Amino acid sequence: MAHSPSRTRGSAAPARLPAELAEAARGGRALEGFLRGLPGIDAVGLEQRAAALGARGVGKNAKPRAIDTAIGMVDLTTLEGADTPGKVRALAAKARHPDPGHSATPRVAALCVYPDLVAEAVAALGEVPVGVASVATAFPSGRSCSRAKLAEVELAVDAGADEVDMVIDRGAFLSGRYGEVFDEIREVRSACGGAHLKVILETGELGTYDNVQRASWLALLAGADFVKTSTGKVSPAATLPVTHVLLRTVREWYDRTGQWRGVKPAGGIRTTKDALRYLVAVREVAGPEWLTPRLFRFGASGLLNDLLMQRRTQLDGHYGGPDHVAVDL
Amino acid sequence: MSDAEQPSNGRGRVTVPRTRKLYIGGSFPRSESGRVRPVRDAHGEFLANAALASRKDLREAVVAARKGFESWSGATAHGRGQVLFRVAEMLEARRGQFATEVADAEGLSLRAAADSVETAVDRVFWYAGWTDKIGALFGSVNQVSGPYTCHSVPEPVGVVGVVAPRESALLGLVSVLAPVLAAGNSAVVLASPDRPLPAVTLCEVLATSDLPAGVANVLTGDPGELAPWLASHEDVDALDPSGAEESLRARLEDAAAETVKRVLDVPVREPDWNEPPTPKRLRTFTDLKTVWHPLGR
Repeated sequence: MAHSPSRTRGSAAPARLPAELAEAARGGRALEGFLRGLPGIDAVGLEQRAAALGARGVGKNAKPRAIDTAIGMVDLTTLEGADTPGKVRALAAKARHPDPGHSATPRVAALCVYPDLVAEAVAALGEVPVGVASVATAFPSGRSCSRAKLAEVELAVDAGADEVDMVIDRGAFLSGRYGEVFDEIREVRSACGGAHLKVILETGELGTYDNVQRASWLALLAGADFVKTSTGKVSPAATLPVTHVLLRTVREWYDRTGQWRGVKPAGGIRTTKDALRYLVAVREVAGPEWLTPRLFRFGASGLLNDLLMQRRTQLDGHYGGPDHVAVDL
Repeated sequence: MSDAEQPSNGRGRVTVPRTRKLYIGGSFPRSESGRVRPVRDAHGEFLANAALASRKDLREAVVAARKGFESWSGATAHGRGQVLFRVAEMLEARRGQFATEVADAEGLSLRAAADSVETAVDRVFWYAGWTDKIGALFGSVNQVSGPYTCHSVPEPVGVVGVVAPRESALLGLVSVLAPVLAAGNSAVVLASPDRPLPAVTLCEVLATSDLPAGVANVLTGDPGELAPWLASHEDVDALDPSGAEESLRARLEDAAAETVKRVLDVPVREPDWNEPPTPKRLRTFTDLKTVWHPLGR
């Protein structure tokens, strides 16, 4: 592999883009023209390909490695109104040692919490190399003024968040005010400082695959490090076809700019089987280089337990039960 | 599907061969493996195709049973009784169909098969009556030396794996499944490998009897292939090896011990299921919970 996705943090400075993208990244008319000029998506073909790849199995010998890869990609998430510092500490303990009975179990990629609990998560994780991600910008609806959204980003970053998951203003996007959405992502990008920026498109509210494609290009042009499907609060959340669109976009972005960008499906991915389907999609649609937590994440809470149970099944030779993994509070 | 057969009834009409499915989580899926195999009657005549479950189907069934256990064990004993009475009613209403299927499967005369079905209906009825009396039978108020009131109450153990009898296709099955359900457990049943059709039809009865989804899950296939996985599954709390062949017994008990399951002590030879049942199975599939409470003045 000639290139490797080694540098991702804070890499989103609009370095040297090819002319067409540089033009679009100036915003305004040019951006609108670029987004509307994107080729349409063949929805039937896309869904068929997603289903066909979803039916492909992972071989018995590759399965343990696939499960470990998936565990390393999990953003262990708790985004409830009822979250408490205690719950965040418990989750941090789980992030550090997902399976205390098997010390070779890989750690998860990050802990994902609300901004006011970032400090708690940072303290609980200490020196352990697990990131802290914070949602921000009036998650999950994104309905607030720009000042409030930026203040939230600052709160998260000041408290020590390594990654910020922002939501886009779907209202503005759906009414065609792409420039507004673009400027907002730009502002959040600069408020993030060195923190990694994931942009949540909330694809369940965008309606069409074409819109999803437009939104992901918009986010990448505005400087996102990751595009993320959903908040997990809207149904449908992440689906395979939608993730295909995102993966295709980051692949094309890499082909045109040489910059690595990541994808994070979130919401509704509960079982190992689901997770492996996503890994197959990552490899086939984006490429094997994307099979790293730096470029692909799962936003999930229950998924980790199922991955751990399947990991034990592989090791112990018999099926495990939920009594043997930590209960999610 | 290579083993599937097309039957003809001798009058030139090609009858529609049924492919019977599994019963998991309240629905009737095909085997994840896509496998089926032909089922023959006692004289070797083709009856229908039945799904040949894989261990992934088994895993799904255990997940479904765990979910089913939540609602079933939380229901009132009286409510569970009502549902089982309803199962008996539905069985009664389809007596004719069951008699034919049992006659085909076991090679009995229609008359003998009808008797066996009637006993099966009575058996469900009998266990239905037990649901709210288990506490009175196994529970107790214990005399203790101290100012405490102490009582023991039976509680369901959880998910029970059942290897159904190989010979008695309906009566035997009902005699092992009903006590598991009556005690408030959920069940994953491996139906008789050679005589699975009455079991599949029983699932249709269960599905229309207000039994919550996942409380009973029935897999047709090869117990030799599936039972070891059932016995070693950590999320299965107890095992009834009634239909397991002698060669399999030791292996099942080993696997069950590895994962701390209770195993019902049953003889290798199938008993005469017409014998009146005892509450032994109810006791095996319940745990006693003992509560101490200080006496106030």
